[in-house]
Amino acid sequence: MDFGFTTAAYVVAAVLFILSLGGLSNQESAKRAVWYGIVGMALAVFATLIGPGAGLWWLSVPLIVAGGAIGYQLASKVEMTQMPELVAGMHALVGLAAVFVGFNAHFELANVLALKGAIVTLLPEVAGILTSPKGFVWPAELALVAETKALVEEYKSLDGFAALLAKKDAVEVGILRIEASLGIWIGAVTFTGSVIAYGKLSGRVTSAAEKLPGGHMLNAGAAAISVLCLIWYMNSASLLPLLILTIAALFIGYHLIMGIGGADMPVVVSMLNSYSGWAAAAIGFSLGNDLLIVVGALVGSSGAILSYIMCKAMNRSFVSVILGGFGGASGPAMEVEGEQIAIEADGVAAALEDADSVVIIPGYGMAVAQAQQNVAELTRRLRAKGKNVRFAIHPVAGRLPGHMNVLLAEAKVPYDIVLEMDEINDDFPDTDVAIVIGSNDIVNPAAQEDPNSPIAGMPVLECWKAKQVFVSKRGQGTGYSGIENPLFFKENTRMFYGDAKASLDKLLTMID
Amino acid sequence: MKIGTPKEVFEGENRVAMTPDSAKQLQKLGYDCAIESGAGAGAGFSDAAYEAAGVEVVKTAAGLWKEVDIVAKVRQPNATELKRLTKGKTLISFFNPAGNEEGMEAAKAKGANVIAMEMVPRISRAQKMDALSSMANIAGYRAVIEAGNNFGRFFTGQVTAAGKVPPAKVLVVGAGVAGLAAIGTSTSLGAITYAFDVRPEVAEQVESMGAEFVYLDFEEEQADGAATGGYASVQSDEFREAQLAKFRELAPEVDIVITTALIPNRAAPILWTKDMVEAMKPGSVIVDLAAERGGNVEGTVADEKVVTDNGVTIVGYTDFPSRMAAQSSSLYATNIRHMMSDLTPEKDGQVNHDMEDDVIRGATVTFEGEITFPPPPPKVQAIAAKPKEVVPELTPEEKRAAEVAAFKAQTKQQVTLLGVGGALLLLVGLVAPASFMQHFIVFVLACFVGFQVIWGVAHSLHTPLMAVTNAISSIIILGALMQIGSGSFLVILLAALSVFMAGINIFGGFLVTRRMLAMFQKS
Repeated sequence: MDFGFTTAAYVVAAVLFILSLGGLSNQESAKRAVWYGIVGMALAVFATLIGPGAGLWWLSVPLIVAGGAIGYQLASKVEMTQMPELVAGMHALVGLAAVFVGFNAHFELANVLALKGAIVTLLPEVAGILTSPKGFVWPAELALVAETKALVEEYKSLDGFAALLAKKDAVEVGILRIEASLGIWIGAVTFTGSVIAYGKLSGRVTSAAEKLPGGHMLNAGAAAISVLCLIWYMNSASLLPLLILTIAALFIGYHLIMGIGGADMPVVVSMLNSYSGWAAAAIGFSLGNDLLIVVGALVGSSGAILSYIMCKAMNRSFVSVILGGFGGASGPAMEVEGEQIAIEADGVAAALEDADSVVIIPGYGMAVAQAQQNVAELTRRLRAKGKNVRFAIHPVAGRLPGHMNVLLAEAKVPYDIVLEMDEINDDFPDTDVAIVIGSNDIVNPAAQEDPNSPIAGMPVLECWKAKQVFVSKRGQGTGYSGIENPLFFKENTRMFYGDAKASLDKLLTMID
Repeated sequence: MKIGTPKEVFEGENRVAMTPDSAKQLQKLGYDCAIESGAGAGAGFSDAAYEAAGVEVVKTAAGLWKEVDIVAKVRQPNATELKRLTKGKTLISFFNPAGNEEGMEAAKAKGANVIAMEMVPRISRAQKMDALSSMANIAGYRAVIEAGNNFGRFFTGQVTAAGKVPPAKVLVVGAGVAGLAAIGTSTSLGAITYAFDVRPEVAEQVESMGAEFVYLDFEEEQADGAATGGYASVQSDEFREAQLAKFRELAPEVDIVITTALIPNRAAPILWTKDMVEAMKPGSVIVDLAAERGGNVEGTVADEKVVTDNGVTIVGYTDFPSRMAAQSSSLYATNIRHMMSDLTPEKDGQVNHDMEDDVIRGATVTFEGEITFPPPPPKVQAIAAKPKEVVPELTPEEKRAAEVAAFKAQTKQQVTLLGVGGALLLLVGLVAPASFMQHFIVFVLACFVGFQVIWGVAHSLHTPLMAVTNAISSIIILGALMQIGSGSFLVILLAALSVFMAGINIFGGFLVTRRMLAMFQKS
């Protein structure tokens, strides 16, 4: 097996990966697409194992198997509501792996360069010995020649990655150092960022936006240190600047994500997803591996597009999300008039009995209360009565892009009644009952009515146009953004207070 | 506190403001209930039925007025009744405040609080106590029944062994609550129903009830119905002419005409003139629901049924709700009960006359010795959505021009992007060595493919997309696998750790994606 086979396998794997992502355009082809991804990955790993440079099968294969076993356990046990944590946690692994591989590239480079350097210094002496006119050699000189010969032999026997390194000239080595540092830097940011995101999503770290004193200046400082270290590293080739750069990157990842609140997590997770891709691509450059580059670029652009979609759905710029906090309001917020009128389960049940078309708008609150099964049961019962029940999903509902879709799918809600914002927004005037379960900002009419609202211009689900709106909510508090929601004060809105799951349980006893 | 209902003194009035059912609900609010003996007789509720519901039956009207704190009745109170009011008593009734100056003065002098049921604002929250609507609904229904009673033919068309029967044609003028109720009743009896209203925005409601809306060939800026509280407003002369012309055209065809056109506090407009009545077929019936205010039809006599020389019956009764006293009493009593529950937020049997509340403020005409009529405009005004702004139709040339412009802008944007991107690439190529450029091209192409592919991913599959990209981003394992064969111990250690972590990711990522995708099911 030679290098040609590995390259061919990489091409096939890259095509399979592209098909795997492209297949996600609809639910049915997606089921096939994931197999493309699996086969592609298997092929890539197999080709690398038998390709040049790989060794120590006795070590790598068991490690893959052991890691696989843990991954299998994790993936089989995880609850669908914990999906955001799982994805964030896994990004951390990729980030850390990228850091390690980047460091390895540095070590290998140092080794090869040391070898090269030794040979270069020894060669003139040896040449001097061999061409000396004195006719004989001292034993010491003989040893020197033998040593040089051994070094040259070692140099020639370098294979795989090291061989690649050995061939590089000075400019290429410089570029390689930039690539490796970039890989390490992005990987390190991804690592701590993902760990913090994981902590926030699983509730181990407070989900409020927190910054150390100094705020963004600290981030800017750390970034400046990183750039300085990169220049230092380019000139000295020593380990120390690389370590400092890594620490600075770890700090940026930590501090950046700490400063972003829970509801912006969809953007954060997709951004980290993107970073893990760019890290892989940077490492691919430094290792000269095209497959790494291709896949890294695919993942990177995927995450970038997801972040873009999420930001657009919130009508905010990427920078303002990442730097935390909402854009400044341009004036006093509109006064909200009226009162919140509460309703009990029997009132909701009666309204649902009379309704022909019902739209359910789930939000993060549904995931927190684990109410998706009850929602699905309610849907089944209403549909059995011939009512038109549909779901309206806002792009940033939940803590992960598409989070709500997955939860509803888990509860066996058919996906063809789960609609996107653009598909259903025009239907609200013809809807008898809209039920808002645990969402707030995504149904806030202030986004359209109040130009001074911090969320002005954000596309929202226009549920208030339905004939009746029921809002299932724990209490009278405001949403993540801390903005008063005029929806709750509208004439046709009734507040159905209580934990979403308990409320729906009560409701289900009244609907058969 | 005690709430009581006297017998209606207006002649021919059969309705009653409290039914045994509503009394039970009022008791739940904490009130004691009383009724004058025989008050419910006209609506079919016996004293015994009230007693069974826990209502105290009081022999005389005077005794009842004295005993209770809140009086609920139907008709506008007469002078005798107003005299019986005392300070602190609350009267809930139709009151006609706009045309009842003396009544308000009398109530003010007595220091009584009066809530006029016709003044309940027309907002969604107050619909449950909107007695005008509930009575109009009954009037509309009854109008069709009265018409049928006087019409010698079927409503519905039939083909029988004894010959073919054509369906009756019914025209309803004015599609308010009464008009819509009449339309519903008429269509469900099988008649071909036409409806007309000066507010074109109700055409949709009319059509939803199964009638055909009669459009005029006339364009005029319409006052927004929402701004006038949902009522029609006064029309221009030209409009009126167009309208009458249309009616003249319809008159010989229709068998039954039901007119419901009223504008608040004005005499009813004449819409069906003498010549139209003469143009109608013998045996036709006209029911004029506006008879109390002079009628929409020339020739209407209030409270009477007249037959014209050409055999057209004109019904001018003004007591349609009273003719269905059982039904109208139960609806009116429910309106009163809802008013009471708004007046009793604590459900403790004590009236909390909250003048901050839009609905209560709007309906109150005298309060604590002051006349509070007319009320300020309610804070919540909109009852109908604003009409959509009409986007002007573009001509084909304009459309084409717009398309060309859009295409040009797009081309310009793309060319600029390509130009800048290409220039940057060339710049990189100038300084970077060839080996780097090889990889760089792969990288740029991969980004491009990624952007193209990811835009196609369905929104609902974004979580699986994240999981699968997460799984394939563990391709970093290749790097670790290539390095693990190195000689240095440190390198082997770090590479081994990377392999291990990427291994977790590969299996975990793909498995969880599969789990998720398997859950997506079609209905």
